[in-house]
Amino acid sequence: MKFISGSYDKRIPCYRVLGDDGELIKDGSDFEKVNKELAVKMYSDMVCLQIMDTFMYEAQRQGRISFYMTSFGEEAATISSAAALTKDDIILPQYREPGALLWRGFTLQEFVNQCFGNKDDGGKGRQMPVHYGSRKHNFVTVSSPIATQLPQAAGMAYSLKMDKKDACVVAFIGDGGTSEGDFHAGLNFAAVMEAPVIFVCRNNGWAISTPTSDQFRSDGVVVKGQAYGIPSIRVDGTDALAVYSAIRAARSMAINEQRPVLVESLAYRVGHHSTSDDSTKYRSLNEIEHWKTDRDPVNKFRKWVELNGWWSERDEADLRSSIKKQATIQVAEGTEKPPLTELFTDVYDLPPSNLVEQEKLLRQT
Amino acid sequence: MERDPRVCVMGEDVGHYGGSYKVTKGLATKFGDLRVLDTPIAENSFTGMGIGAAMTGLRPVVEGMNMGFLLLAFNQISNNCGMLHYTSGGQFTIPIVIRGPGGVGRQLGAEHSQRLESYFQSIPGIQMVACSTPYNAKGLMKAAIRSENPVILFEHVLLYNLKERIPDEDYICNLEEAEMVRPGEHVTILTYSRMRYHVMQAAKTLVNKGYDPEVIDIRSLKPFDLYTIGNSVKKTHRVLIVEECMRTGGIGASLIAAITENFNDYLDAPIMCLSSQDVPTPYAGTLEEWTVVQPAQIVAAVEQLCQ
Repeated sequence: MKFISGSYDKRIPCYRVLGDDGELIKDGSDFEKVNKELAVKMYSDMVCLQIMDTFMYEAQRQGRISFYMTSFGEEAATISSAAALTKDDIILPQYREPGALLWRGFTLQEFVNQCFGNKDDGGKGRQMPVHYGSRKHNFVTVSSPIATQLPQAAGMAYSLKMDKKDACVVAFIGDGGTSEGDFHAGLNFAAVMEAPVIFVCRNNGWAISTPTSDQFRSDGVVVKGQAYGIPSIRVDGTDALAVYSAIRAARSMAINEQRPVLVESLAYRVGHHSTSDDSTKYRSLNEIEHWKTDRDPVNKFRKWVELNGWWSERDEADLRSSIKKQATIQVAEGTEKPPLTELFTDVYDLPPSNLVEQEKLLRQT
Repeated sequence: MERDPRVCVMGEDVGHYGGSYKVTKGLATKFGDLRVLDTPIAENSFTGMGIGAAMTGLRPVVEGMNMGFLLLAFNQISNNCGMLHYTSGGQFTIPIVIRGPGGVGRQLGAEHSQRLESYFQSIPGIQMVACSTPYNAKGLMKAAIRSENPVILFEHVLLYNLKERIPDEDYICNLEEAEMVRPGEHVTILTYSRMRYHVMQAAKTLVNKGYDPEVIDIRSLKPFDLYTIGNSVKKTHRVLIVEECMRTGGIGASLIAAITENFNDYLDAPIMCLSSQDVPTPYAGTLEEWTVVQPAQIVAAVEQLCQ
């Protein structure tokens, strides 16, 4: 009689390609090669995301939008993941993955319009800021409750499987989200149905103020895959090349073998949970500063791109100034809000009698 | 918590963080990490946990970070919390308090703007109360904790900043009683939670126009205080209900049914009910404002009712 221990002696190792200095790790692992065009786009999008986050966070502080969430520290985790997918793969975000949408071509103006909830917002001003969605980009509208997207991912993948499409579903979740019942349900169902889903857990160490030590007692999230019969990998989420390689491999496995895959992407949530949070209240400034400067994924990747001779300071300056020209908060702020009709449309395909009456009543007052 | 060592708090970020609306601020430092428990993110699970703890003699106060998230806990609240005392033949009591911020806030989006009192009101075995002032918040919370029944206490996202001088000493507010906010003769206005403030604002305008509205904050959403409400209806003969729930299946809908059944003979006019529309609450500020009953609409409704 032997009990399996609750944990292995050693933690599951983490797949990394780049060292903190931006150079390939000596005698390191294999990785999927990335050409100049791809590398430059990945890097540019990461910078763009950082700049957008900085501007929009400030806008909230100035009272121009009600709410915002930043992706600081997780730029590589989301953008490299998206880079490894095709445009037919459906992304189900949690709420900290605008990087993936940015990669797919959502414009800065579109992001800002959504945050201001004006009439040019694709979501018609209905959802709160950062709850982006775009059907044409195969990015499903963000829904606030945690982990609801995971069982939905299994369902979407099931539908792809029935249609025999060369595509998979990629569902994101945070470390905190793995505690939700829907995490268990989503993974278990996907495994049993042999559905092509890549579950990407962005383990950034914090669920608002709850550290992972209060969230679960397992060796992180990677070990949970085995419980469902799902192949899993732990990857350095601050390493753009590692994330790219891992997701490419996961995608291939998911589609060719028609099964789910779990990827735990380790990073650090450099920013606060949202503009409604002040994380200095529950973690040390030193810790935040360390991850912000010494472990910044954007800096790390830039070093590698520069080492390859693909990027220069001149390129950097040009990029930053061109991004700032695209981000037009004033335009979004000045654009009208959606009209009254939009309060009652899209509840159903056609408004039923009670809604027709309620609209009439409202117009009278 | 000082008075009764069995009282404990559980929820997300309620401990050292003090809760997302700071309701439990300072409690963890005072009472420790176990009595003020930070739970992983799993509403159905920590509500279930609270129910289990209540069955074994503790008095848990479970916090939903936003009431809307307690929809995940509906199974526990309905099937276990509400029913177990009955199905066990009275052997197990569940003296739990489930509370949290709800209602329409300022541009929080549909999922953070729910009115769960609509959905929960049908569950047999639970009591529901809504606080609206610092005074009744303290009184109702204490009463809810001391009650042997499961009580759902509805707080409102926009009412946490209210300031009021309240007694330091122990007092409770009766869970089943409505609150007479402003006695009057012409019309009975029934409301609760944040809408109370919109009603009182409308009342100022109405008084200037020569009306004398009687404003009652019903507070007890399940069961209704039909005694207080009935006496008012018998006096004024006209009823206006102002709520934040959606038109279909809200507290207003049930209140109309209850008043019609019991006091129909005393009514001089059909009951009017101002509610939010049957739409998800949109984020855009202007759209959101249109979904919440405004003081101007209340004034117009009273004028119409009193013709």
